[in-house]
Amino acid sequence: MMKAMKSNVRNAYLIPYALWIILFVVAPILLILYYSFFDIEGKWTFENYEKFLTPIYLKMTLNSFWYAFLITLFSLLVAYPTAYLLTKTKHKQLWLLLIILPTWVNLLLKVYAFLGIFGTFGLANAILKTIGIGAKQILFTDFSFIFVSVYIFIPFMVLPIFNALEELNPSLIDAARDLGASAWTTFRRVVFPLTLSGVKAGCQAVFIPSLSLFMITRLIAGNRVITLGTAIEEHFLVTQDWGMGATIAVFLMLAMAVIVGMTGSRKRGK
Amino acid sequence: MKQDAIIRFERVTKQYDGVAVLDDVSFEIERGKFYTLLGPSGCGKTTILRLIAGFIEPSEGTIYFHEKPINHVPANKRQVNTVFQDYALFPHLDVFENVAFGLRIKKMKQADIEAKVKEALRFVNLEGYENRRIQEMSGGQRQRVAIARAIVNEPEVLLLDEPLSALDLKLRTEMQYELRELQRRLGITFIFVTHDQEEALAMSDQIFVLNKGKIQQSGTPKDIYDEPVNRFVADFIGESNILSGCMIEDFLVEFAGKRFECVDKGFRPHERVDVVIRPEDLEMTAPERGKLRVRVDSILFRGVHYEICAYDENGNEWLVHSTKKAEVGEEIGLYFEPEAIHVMHVGEADDESDEK
Repeated sequence: MMKAMKSNVRNAYLIPYALWIILFVVAPILLILYYSFFDIEGKWTFENYEKFLTPIYLKMTLNSFWYAFLITLFSLLVAYPTAYLLTKTKHKQLWLLLIILPTWVNLLLKVYAFLGIFGTFGLANAILKTIGIGAKQILFTDFSFIFVSVYIFIPFMVLPIFNALEELNPSLIDAARDLGASAWTTFRRVVFPLTLSGVKAGCQAVFIPSLSLFMITRLIAGNRVITLGTAIEEHFLVTQDWGMGATIAVFLMLAMAVIVGMTGSRKRGK
Repeated sequence: MKQDAIIRFERVTKQYDGVAVLDDVSFEIERGKFYTLLGPSGCGKTTILRLIAGFIEPSEGTIYFHEKPINHVPANKRQVNTVFQDYALFPHLDVFENVAFGLRIKKMKQADIEAKVKEALRFVNLEGYENRRIQEMSGGQRQRVAIARAIVNEPEVLLLDEPLSALDLKLRTEMQYELRELQRRLGITFIFVTHDQEEALAMSDQIFVLNKGKIQQSGTPKDIYDEPVNRFVADFIGESNILSGCMIEDFLVEFAGKRFECVDKGFRPHERVDVVIRPEDLEMTAPERGKLRVRVDSILFRGVHYEICAYDENGNEWLVHSTKKAEVGEEIGLYFEPEAIHVMHVGEADDESDEK
């Protein structure tokens, strides 16, 4: 009796969360799925899916994955050494805070800031001019797109890697050195494998959102980079083809599910 | 300089932020012996171990390995291996790969690695555990894996950093025997760090007693137990009664208000000294037959013996270990042989001895 009562009370606490999930996660997903079966005139059809499997959309998908991959790769290359250095500094919590701080600033603001920096008469070009290279078209290039994206995602990569490094028992490093491993071998055979969970978490946190980036593509890349996110936005807001937009969203969600499944950390006993 | 010396410390000092954790220490480590660095926490014993392993460099002085200075040789280039206090086994590798770690770095052939790992595991009685995960091993088994991982590299010196402290008492005693046996079979030098004096006495050929970054005394367990050089060593090793006294002349010492015959000599006349008598050397007698009269204050049953705490008329505390029982409040006599008295110079290295 008591047990049943207790679990009832416990279930009651779940109600707000369950409601939230149903209203804002489950229902929208079902709606998207539902919309994906209608064409622009509101007729029930599978045409959208057929269209998605044509070269135009497949190329766009490939494109999205390629950019997401580049963004994740560069974020990792910057974030891992950063996180590693952070664990060695004296005031690591302060430094960590400074790295996280930009995430508190609105995304749009940061992107506008880069418009200024990378613009024709911006800071970057001023520097290039002074050192004699001369002004370049920086904005609306692949470079600026990836640069800004990496800048925005770095904190999400640093944090899980930092945590994984912090959890690493320092005597394991001593042990590896003691057994004859050089600093590099120690990193390769002990430090990196043991922080892989953090790397995976960081890659998830960067790769998945970068698949559906759209605002940066428009503002920084000047619509030269078309990703799945851009296409979805375009279909919903410009062409009003909700069915096609929903179909792309369905594929995007499938892709995310696959990635989460692939990089999901298998439970490991400590 | 003995030719058997593998490691030599010459006036080595290690400072952290200006504080010396190791203060001008010199000693030699010989081949094939079991050494113990003994002392309370913070005495510098682990610092010595880390200096030998190469994890830290001395602030001053030189460390020699086979008479070559190795101050700046990194840990991975030294012929020593360490068994860590928390074992530091790699959690992402199984038992076999943990033990094989050092061999793989040496790029040894797979067949040789397999043979060597097998042999090392046999040495520590862990045959058949090759494919176990570290998480599936008990504390005692992890300990053995850590030892196997170290000895498989055939180091000239094995460093053990309080490896038994995480084990329960029974397992600890067992491992003491095993380690001693292992050292004999391997014939290599063991340097064992501990704060447990019983462990040190039971296992070592040679003990270094450390306090406040200085070596207080080095010698065989028997030397150190029977002839402690100062109050700190006498107090740290075993139970003891330590009193301030005065050396009247050779073979005559005064303490607790009386003069006693003893076997020590070579002190200045009327030099102030510390006197040690071990509790097991005190014998309970009838009050009139003892050399001292004391009143029993408390009594504890310790299993093998009674531990009796008594006070003499001058207020000195006397600890007696006896198989005979006494009654609290009873007046008894204490008898001891002249050999039981051990007279020490008031130690300069030990500040606390000056206070009394």
